[in-house]
Amino acid sequence: MIKTTLEYVPGMTVVRHLGIVQGSTVRAKHIGRDIMAGLKNIVGGELGGYTELLSQARDEALSRMEMQADAMGANAVLNVRFSTSSVAQGAAEILVYGTAVNVE
Amino acid sequence: MSILWTILILLSPLVVGYGVGRFLEGRHFDSLQERESGFGQRVPLLNIKRPPMAEPPPPTELVLGSVVISVDYFKRFLAALRLLVGGHLGSYESLVERARREALLRMREKAAALGATMVVNVRLETASISKGIGQNAVGSVEVLAYGTAVLPAPSSAFNAETT
Repeated sequence: MIKTTLEYVPGMTVVRHLGIVQGSTVRAKHIGRDIMAGLKNIVGGELGGYTELLSQARDEALSRMEMQADAMGANAVLNVRFSTSSVAQGAAEILVYGTAVNVE
Repeated sequence: MSILWTILILLSPLVVGYGVGRFLEGRHFDSLQERESGFGQRVPLLNIKRPPMAEPPPPTELVLGSVVISVDYFKRFLAALRLLVGGHLGSYESLVERARREALLRMREKAAALGATMVVNVRLETASISKGIGQNAVGSVEVLAYGTAVLPAPSSAFNAETT
């Protein structure tokens, strides 16, 4: 599966547009990490636990999007975009979306 | 005497935040400076959509880099004061600058590890992942940088030309 932020795949032509595909996941932070983050809040700096949590969530969202594109029979997803929003205190939604296409 | 202790306890996060936070921030800026002038720097980042492509068309790969950074207690205190009068919020500017540079750097390092010749259509996204009011507010931002890494074409002299 080709995933790209471009609107085309270099050297290939889009033969069929299959529509938008998306994958999302909502993650809440975990209490142990929150305590560490509380300490980090005094001195500042990178919150490693959160960075990791969000990058895992993003991988999950990407694989969900890929599954959806697979089910449609696509072989590429173009113009991939990421978006994050906090849906509740301490929880974040990660959304990834793009256009599923067939390229040759 | 007990009043003195109370004042000390209330002030200690401010003092610790100021001292340690300043030190850590300085170290982070040094490390950013050093890494930006290092190995990964050779991969150019472009945010144009239709970049010049080599012939034959090169393979591409999605690359991501992200970081969550929190501001220290002292700066949050300054920001709270600043919010009363409005104006230039310098203490948060350095926070977002650090986060953005770090995210771009991580993405660039990933692209460099793949042997990319450039990263195109780079997008930056900033999100505050937790919201709160008053003293419990986590002054942290997440920055995500993503783009499409252009890899060298399998059988060409394109790679030799850029190095």
